[in-house]
Order: sequence, then C-alpha cells, then structure tokens
Amino acid sequence: MMMIQAIDSILARIGRSTLGMFESIGRLVIFAAIAVSHIFRPPFYYNAFLQQLINIGFYSLPVVGLTALFTGGALALQIYSGGARFNAEAIVPSIVAIGITRELGPVLGGLMVAGRVSTSIAAEIGTMRVTEQIDALTTLSTNPMKYLVTPRVLAATVILPVLVFIGDTIGVMGGYLVGTHRLDFNDATYLKNTWDILEFDDVSSGLIKAAAFGFIIALIGCYSGYHSQRGAQGVGNATKTAVVTASVLIFAANYLLTELLF
Amino acid sequence: MIKITDLHKAFGSNVVLNGVDLHIKKASSMVIIGGSGTGKSVLLKCILGLIQPDSGTIIVNGVDTKSGDREAFLDQFGMLFQGGALFDSLPVWQNVAFRLLQGKHRLSKADAHDIAIEKLRRVGLKPDIAELFPAELSGGMQKRVGLARAIAAEPQIIFFDEPTTGLDPIMSGVINELVREIVEEMGATAMTITHDMSSVRAIADDVAMIHEGQVQWTGPIGKMDDSGDPYLDQFINARAEGPIEAVR
Repeated sequence: MMMIQAIDSILARIGRSTLGMFESIGRLVIFAAIAVSHIFRPPFYYNAFLQQLINIGFYSLPVVGLTALFTGGALALQIYSGGARFNAEAIVPSIVAIGITRELGPVLGGLMVAGRVSTSIAAEIGTMRVTEQIDALTTLSTNPMKYLVTPRVLAATVILPVLVFIGDTIGVMGGYLVGTHRLDFNDATYLKNTWDILEFDDVSSGLIKAAAFGFIIALIGCYSGYHSQRGAQGVGNATKTAVVTASVLIFAANYLLTELLF
Repeated sequence: MIKITDLHKAFGSNVVLNGVDLHIKKASSMVIIGGSGTGKSVLLKCILGLIQPDSGTIIVNGVDTKSGDREAFLDQFGMLFQGGALFDSLPVWQNVAFRLLQGKHRLSKADAHDIAIEKLRRVGLKPDIAELFPAELSGGMQKRVGLARAIAAEPQIIFFDEPTTGLDPIMSGVINELVREIVEEMGATAMTITHDMSSVRAIADDVAMIHEGQVQWTGPIGKMDDSGDPYLDQFINARAEGPIEAVR
C-alpha cells in the first residue's frame, strides 16, 4: 500500500512538472505572438526602437568584437595544431573562415549579447514591474507590450545579424593576424584562401541564426522581466532566469537551425 | 459615476474581494480605508482593468468596463501611484507630459512641455526641475511629480493610492491640501486609498471601509465618527482591541 502511494506521489509530481512546463511554454508563445503582432499594428514607437538599436547593437560592439577577435586567433592556433598531425596546416584560413561565419560567430556573439542584453532587459522591465511603472503605462493609455517589448524584440532581431557580421569579419581578421604573425602564413595567400573558400551560404546561414538568437535574447529578457515577482529578489531571479534560458535556447535553436540550413 | 456591484476576486484560495458594492458620486471625493491586505488596491486595480475580477460589474459613466474602447476608457483616468511609479528613463517634464505625447490626441513637444511646466507649478514645483530625472528628486517631490502627471491631461476621475505614505507630516499635509484643491478646481471625481486618518479627514467627502473583502461601512465623512460601527470605530481610533483581530 505504502509502495503504491509513493509511486502515485512520484507520478503526480512528474505530471505536475510536465503540465507546468507546457503551461510556461504556452505563455511564452502567446507572449511572443502578442509582441510580434504589435509590429504590424499602430501606433509605432520609432524612438523606442531606435534607442534599443543603439542600446543592443552599438553598445554590444566591443564585447562581440573582442570575443570574435580572440576566438579567431585561438581557432587558428588550434586548427594549425590539429592540422599539423596530418600535414594539413594549409587548411587554417578555410576552417577559421567557415568555423567563424557558420558557427562560432553567431553562437558566441549570441551568448555574449545574451549575457549583456537579456539580463539588462530583464532587470529594467522587472524593476518597472515591481515599482508599478508598467501599471502606470497602462493607466496612461499606453500598451506596455507595444511600448516596452516590441521595440526591444524587433531591434534585437534586426541588429544581431549586423553585430554578428561585424564579429565575423573581426574573427576572421583575428585568425589572419595569428596566422600571418605567429604561424608564418603569407598575407596574400591567407586572404586568398579565406576569400576562395567562403560561399554566400556560409555567411547567410550565420546571419539567419543571429536574427533568431536576437529574437530569443530580447524575448526571454522581456518575458522574464515582465513576469518578475515582487521585490529585489524577484528582479534578481528574473535576471538569472533570463540569461540561463536565453543561453540554453540559443544552443537548442543553433542545433535546429543548423539541421535546417545544413 | 462609478458603480461597483457584487465584485469578487480571489488569488487561488485567498479571497480578496468578496462581494463589494460601492457607489461613487460624480465630482465627489471618496476615500477607501481598511487594514493592510483587505483588498483596497485590488479594488482600484479592478476598476482600471489592471486586474480582471472573477465576477461582478463595474460601471463607469454608465458604461460597463468590460465593453467599449479601452483607450477611451483609460483616458478618463489619472492615477497617483503609492511609490510615484515615475519612469526612470525619462526627465520629469516627459513624465508629466507622457499622456500628452502619446495616442490620438498627441500634442507637439513644445506644447506638451508648456503644459508640463504649468502642472509642475500647480503642484508647487519650480520649472527648473523639469529637466531632472526622477532619481534626482526627494520622495515628496516625486509624489508631486506623480500628482502633476495624474492631472496633466485633466482627467474626469483621479485615483490616489496612498498619497502620503512615506512622507513626513508636513509634506503629508501639503499633499493632502493639493489633492483636495486640485479635485475641487478640476471638478473631478476622486477615489483615494489611505491608512492615514489625517488624509481621510482632509480629502474625503465620503468614506468607505473595506473589511474581509466587503464594504463594512460607507457614508459621508461627517458621520464617520458617530457611525456606531465597531469595526470602523476601532480602525479610525487606532485601537488594538476590538472586532478586528490584529496579527501580532
């Protein structure tokens, strides 16, 4: 009897958790649908959108650029080291270019922006929630989804491909600098090999991923902040949830998009 | 003006409003009192549609709040929040003029700025604070800016959520006077939530006490002291002993 009760309790817990998970996914999907629907319905908050382009795009440039530069350099060294085992050192420019544009540029760029932007959005909107600023927006006849969420989601989706493209270029240059100064590649040959190997799809697939990651980063930041619980701890939890969820979703979306664009 | 009938709201098993009936007359000042957690703020948020009630009706100016154009409905209201709820990222004048810079009846920036300055003056603030950000102001100044924002679009109905909480007695007196003056000169209908009995006596035409999710007593301010209601007597005289159990 005790055994049956214990199993029953475990199953009930699993059931509750599963239902809770589906409920959360459902809420997030509805939240996303509402945010996207406001892109097509006036009024449009152009100033808020431009402000977010600057906040998310321009101010993330240093972190994305430095990440790409060091990753490109490290990648060149690692590929050289691996390639040397079967006399294939010459593949360094090609693998750096493809690795950066198809995979590392968007994923690492996305993760760095998630760390910087998703948390800041969650903290800002979470603070607005707990200090009743979101309620104040509503009483001032302004839809908070339209005013706060849609400009952020749209701006991140638009600007992340631009950021990643710049990051790709810097990353390839990082590989070039290490390749030519540390590994004694010829300048012109390195650049020619890089240019020859790259196809339009290599770059475009990375930029498509970047747009998806931008959407995820802003959406999760907004969602976590918007549903923040009361008090400083609530805002702290929202921030933590935002960065963890956005990072995991970036990895999951990366796999799915890679399968799709393979 | 505002007629609330049999309003219910529960959060899970916690019943907050349990059949509230209340009538607020046009151009009158109704003050809602009651202990913490008795549902005063929830009642106010239900009227504004910030919280959806489980059942009951709220009629504002003859229109059920569940029907009609939501933006037009909200345009009738101004609200002073307990903590001010000023937008941190905007300077003071844009906070005050926020509604004037949005929506169908949007004004030019210059006109909105002029109105913001005029409203700041009305609540006793100098124009030179207009370019400051809310974080640079004291608590009392933030309340005044919140008040200026609430009246900027000259709404027909103004809600005040604990307007004097956190202020010293002198500043509380100033805010009470401002609330009373503004409501009278605008001819607005006001609804105030407060625990502060000096605010009640300064602001109210009518008083309603909420207890255990229902209106325990309602009537004109002049009859409050002689109501004969033991719950109201205990509350307004701040007695620990009485029918309302204090959690110690």
